[in-house]
Amino acid sequence: MSADLLEKTKKRSSSSQVVGKPLKHDSAQKHVSGKATYVDDIIEPHGTLHVAPGYAVDAVCGRITKVDLSAVREAPGVVAVLDASDIPGVNDCSPVAGDDPVLATDRIVFHSQLIFLVVAETRLQARKAARLAQIEVENETPVLSIADALKAEQTVLPDYEFRRGSPEQIIERSERRLKTRLVMGGQEHFYLEGQVAFAFPGEDGDMLVQSSTQHPTEVQHTVAKVLGLDDGAVTVEVRRMGGAFGGKEAQANQWAALAALAAHATGRPCKCRLDRDDDMILTGKRHDFMVDLAAGYDGSGKVEAVQIELNSRCGCSADLSLGINDRAMFHSDNSYYYPQVLIRSKRLKTNTVSNTAFRGFGGPQGMLSCERLMDGIAIRLGLDPLDVRKANFYREGANTTPYGQSVDEYDVLAKLVDQLEGSSDYRARRKAVEAFNAENTVLKKGIALTPVKFGIAFTLTHLNQAGALLHLYRDGSVHLNHGGTEMGQGLYQKVAQIAATEMGVSLSKVKITATNTSKVANTSPTAASSGADLNGMATAIACREIVGRLKTFAAGHFEVSEEDITLRDDQMLIGGKPKTSIKALAQLAYEHRIQMSSSGFYKTPEIVWDRAQVKGHPFLYYAYGASCSEVVIDTLTGEMKVERVDVLHDVGTSLNPALDIGQIEGGFVQGMGWLTTEELWFDEAGHLKTHAPSTYKIPTASDIPEIFNVALYESEGNPAPTIYRSKAVGEPPLMLPISVFCAINDAISSLNKGVLPKLDAPATPEAILKAVKAIKAGEGA
Amino acid sequence: MRTTLRFLRKGKVVELDRFEPTTTLLDYLRLQERSTGTKEGCNEGDCGACTVALGRLRDGKLVYEPVNSCILMLGQIDGCELVTVEDLEGPDGLHPVQQALVELHGSQCGFCTPGFVMSLFTLYHANTPGLTRQDVNTWLAGNLCRCTGYRPIVDAALDACSAGLNDAFAARAAETEVKLAELHDAQDMRVGDHERFFFAPCSFQSLLETYGKHPDATLLSGATDVGLWVTKDLRDLPKIIYLGRVAGLSTCYEDEQGIRLGAGASYTVAEEFLKSIDPDLDVVISRIGSKQVRASGTVGGNIANGSPIGDMPPMLIALGAEIELQSNRGRRTLPLESFFLDYGKQDIAEGEVLTSISVPRLGEDEQFRAYKISKRFDQDISAVMAAFCLSVKGGVVKSARIAFGGMAGIPKRASGAEAALVGAALHDRDSWKLALSAIENDFSPLSDMRASASYRRDVACGLLEKALVEIAAKSSQHTRVHGQRELDTGGAHVS
Repeated sequence: MSADLLEKTKKRSSSSQVVGKPLKHDSAQKHVSGKATYVDDIIEPHGTLHVAPGYAVDAVCGRITKVDLSAVREAPGVVAVLDASDIPGVNDCSPVAGDDPVLATDRIVFHSQLIFLVVAETRLQARKAARLAQIEVENETPVLSIADALKAEQTVLPDYEFRRGSPEQIIERSERRLKTRLVMGGQEHFYLEGQVAFAFPGEDGDMLVQSSTQHPTEVQHTVAKVLGLDDGAVTVEVRRMGGAFGGKEAQANQWAALAALAAHATGRPCKCRLDRDDDMILTGKRHDFMVDLAAGYDGSGKVEAVQIELNSRCGCSADLSLGINDRAMFHSDNSYYYPQVLIRSKRLKTNTVSNTAFRGFGGPQGMLSCERLMDGIAIRLGLDPLDVRKANFYREGANTTPYGQSVDEYDVLAKLVDQLEGSSDYRARRKAVEAFNAENTVLKKGIALTPVKFGIAFTLTHLNQAGALLHLYRDGSVHLNHGGTEMGQGLYQKVAQIAATEMGVSLSKVKITATNTSKVANTSPTAASSGADLNGMATAIACREIVGRLKTFAAGHFEVSEEDITLRDDQMLIGGKPKTSIKALAQLAYEHRIQMSSSGFYKTPEIVWDRAQVKGHPFLYYAYGASCSEVVIDTLTGEMKVERVDVLHDVGTSLNPALDIGQIEGGFVQGMGWLTTEELWFDEAGHLKTHAPSTYKIPTASDIPEIFNVALYESEGNPAPTIYRSKAVGEPPLMLPISVFCAINDAISSLNKGVLPKLDAPATPEAILKAVKAIKAGEGA
Repeated sequence: MRTTLRFLRKGKVVELDRFEPTTTLLDYLRLQERSTGTKEGCNEGDCGACTVALGRLRDGKLVYEPVNSCILMLGQIDGCELVTVEDLEGPDGLHPVQQALVELHGSQCGFCTPGFVMSLFTLYHANTPGLTRQDVNTWLAGNLCRCTGYRPIVDAALDACSAGLNDAFAARAAETEVKLAELHDAQDMRVGDHERFFFAPCSFQSLLETYGKHPDATLLSGATDVGLWVTKDLRDLPKIIYLGRVAGLSTCYEDEQGIRLGAGASYTVAEEFLKSIDPDLDVVISRIGSKQVRASGTVGGNIANGSPIGDMPPMLIALGAEIELQSNRGRRTLPLESFFLDYGKQDIAEGEVLTSISVPRLGEDEQFRAYKISKRFDQDISAVMAAFCLSVKGGVVKSARIAFGGMAGIPKRASGAEAALVGAALHDRDSWKLALSAIENDFSPLSDMRASASYRRDVACGLLEKALVEIAAKSSQHTRVHGQRELDTGGAHVS
């Protein structure tokens, strides 16, 4: 179906087509005027109650020996206090493994794990009451760090590996070899709208939940499971999220479960909205990694064999760690061919909050690892790191990934990097940086150009499916619904552009509606950058179905051939000439009893992945990009500034260039935050101390470079059969700012040529100064 | 005595006779007025999603300033015009700042957007000629966006806020000024009873009297710290005495000796006076908190709270500032550094109020440098804050006052380094060594989420070196990653 659809797409004249236009976000006007409604803005029915989570203030891990909630119950405004024994169904809110209790029973396994909830007349009353609990825990020594967990040999999931040949022997025998370790921190999502859910009890125990989630279907299933209801009794709706970034893929479940549990217990609407500090303490983050790298290489910097040991902190449960760590492995090659390779992954279990999806989903950690390798080889050989990178690019005859999929678009990667090298004036600027460094003692500059190759598709193959529901009304307007959720990325607008184009109506005739599990069921999360790929295609298919029926009808009615009929600009054209309006056609079709509603269903073709055999073709295609960053560091304080960034990114044939640029710039800055200022800091006992924006620092306006050139690669279109030959854009740009990290590394390495800086991520002023001190003392990584 | 809160809202005076003393402005908007356009992002004044604009009279002229409504107490808006995101759209459509954000794709998830809109509204009304990208960055430092990467928002700001004033608020400014002037009565305001109240005295006498009667009351100035006691610690503060209306308490002036800052002067106001002492004061103050925090927060509040991480005290101590305290029993002055006794302990007696800070100008031979080191450039609490005031004659250091924040439980002078520096020659790096090693022993800093002890020590040493390098070379052009203090070098103030 999809290939057929595309052939037809190609034939279509693009002049009046809405797809491809740089239109504004569909809610832009509402955003700026405060009219966009988020879950907490929904008008509260009379009698609405508020839920606050309850946990032990200090305890981190151990058996619960006392829970005295009497003071909580007596606090003003409290209507109910619930614990695990009040759960009518299954006490679990995990996405897969069944290992995340909604409320802890005998023991807690990380700081702040929930034990009870308070339901009160006001949110402030609920929050105040929750702090009155007397909870005692028999404290055990927690396993907190990656090193601790390695020592304890604790994992949440089995190890996994990709292997080609015997890299260990090659590396050992190699004349030139590099062995190094890279530690990289995790990342807090810091979506501006915190976790929130609002549950409305209905008759027969039914539950409607307004949730800020990327995965309404999973929230539906979780609420049903926890309340002991059939899935059919629960409806979940989400109009928009105030940001998500992966943090509301699996971890919106618990708050919806709490709100629903409270609504079930009290029979009143109940809302659970976390305070920011609670949100940051109670929800998982990007996995932090400790990576051991080894490579054997030749005098030109070309690698002969590579060994990468990925150790990640998953936290207390599996959550989505399987896919995340797999994706880290899938991206430990980034754009480079490894003739012989071993990539191994350990998924470590710790007494910390369960880490979860975050834009890039493990990919960034894998990619940063191999970029450290490239930098290391270049520094050892005294070569320009860009030349070493290019020497290792996937190329003809050397285009098979460590997991067996071939990289077919290697020419795009090479062309894109060449173009950026030219447009960023990389070579001349490298010389200018060297000249600056020769003249300056306090400040040092660095520059780097790094590529991104990101695999598109859920690696859990069955998730690559989507549904849509379209109605054409008798006035020629269209109701659009699909399984994708809107978190700011502009998915609703992109899909509306597709629907308008397919239906031949103007965009204003397409009514965008909230994602709702009762309209499109059994959906996948809006994740893996797949939102537009999947839901766009499902929508196009639904539109095609309706348009097909209309054409068949009109051909008979007007006695013309179907091929001569086109729907465009709210008109039906016959032989290119306007015949009647789509409004009139719809009315006519209705009178002739033509069904003008359709669902659409799409499953991604071509992908197969046998995880056990490490064999197949897990990705439909790759998205490419590259960036060049220049930084300056202060060798007395470790302060750093990004001075200039140039980005070139491949989105195939863009569905909406404005929204795509927005994803690229936003992803870049978010990734830059991960690698520079954003530091998660736990104290020795296992309490997260950076649990508010006062202590956890995401980029502000002044952190973006003064010169920030972002351009779309002039693509001939995605060779894979995607919707309008576009490419996914949500996650890939997050990895572009690896060039910032490498540029910092470059600046530090200027202090002692030939030594690989001991720079870990995030490169905070402290991390930079530490690496500066070390390299001045001759210590390398 | 007035027993109602009065403020201007959508052109009309709103009068409230009952509210809890610690009701925040945000809760008032969202829960009582049911205006949900203003968002709660962090509930601690750091993300800016809750930004609203307050219109106030300054020297008789209407000035709009952005504030974080999540940590501002409702009672603080007495006599102000309150403007929220819902108010900007007129019959002719969106406000210019809203329109620019729409046109330039400045919103994605949209949750931070109302806050940005309101910050931009105040920037629009600041009507700054020659507005630069750097000006916008500084103005927006208190608004976090996680989606866009800021570029389109900053572009929208440059677009909308450089074109002159042409909105409904400017058109009716004169009318608004009259209405606000009418609200400015000389009456104390108290909402509540004797057990629970929000009290906003108008005179100093009335402040001391009431504080004398209720020494257990909480003095509230900008609420940028006390606000968090309420929203995060969930403390019940039944008695609030708000200092913002006390006549004269916010007054600043300069004379031959130097600058006198009223303790109630906001950072925004104080900055205008202090920057004439040395450009580094301006550089550092423009990085304290955010525009919102500086519009509310006060220099006096920062001192009186005794925070070990405040950025002003080290600079003021290095400059040799003195403070004045008053109570029913009289007044006294003391050097600022003696005010800080120990962590969380200040030299302030029951019923005593900090009234003013006197900052001397630099002597002819004195060189001043100040550095704020933090993980993030803008709106971050310092890991280390350093201020140096060196008296240099003939290229030799005659005396030194060096003060640090973040290195001890209180803002503290580096006495060892100060002594070791006397006699050091600027042209002779070897003569600096004694001081550079002495500073190691001046402090025993702690490790926390902002920095480790060893980093703090290294940076203290590095900053002393930086100050000496800069003073010796008479330039900071190649010693700072952000900006430089020589405004005339190369013709541009690069920041």
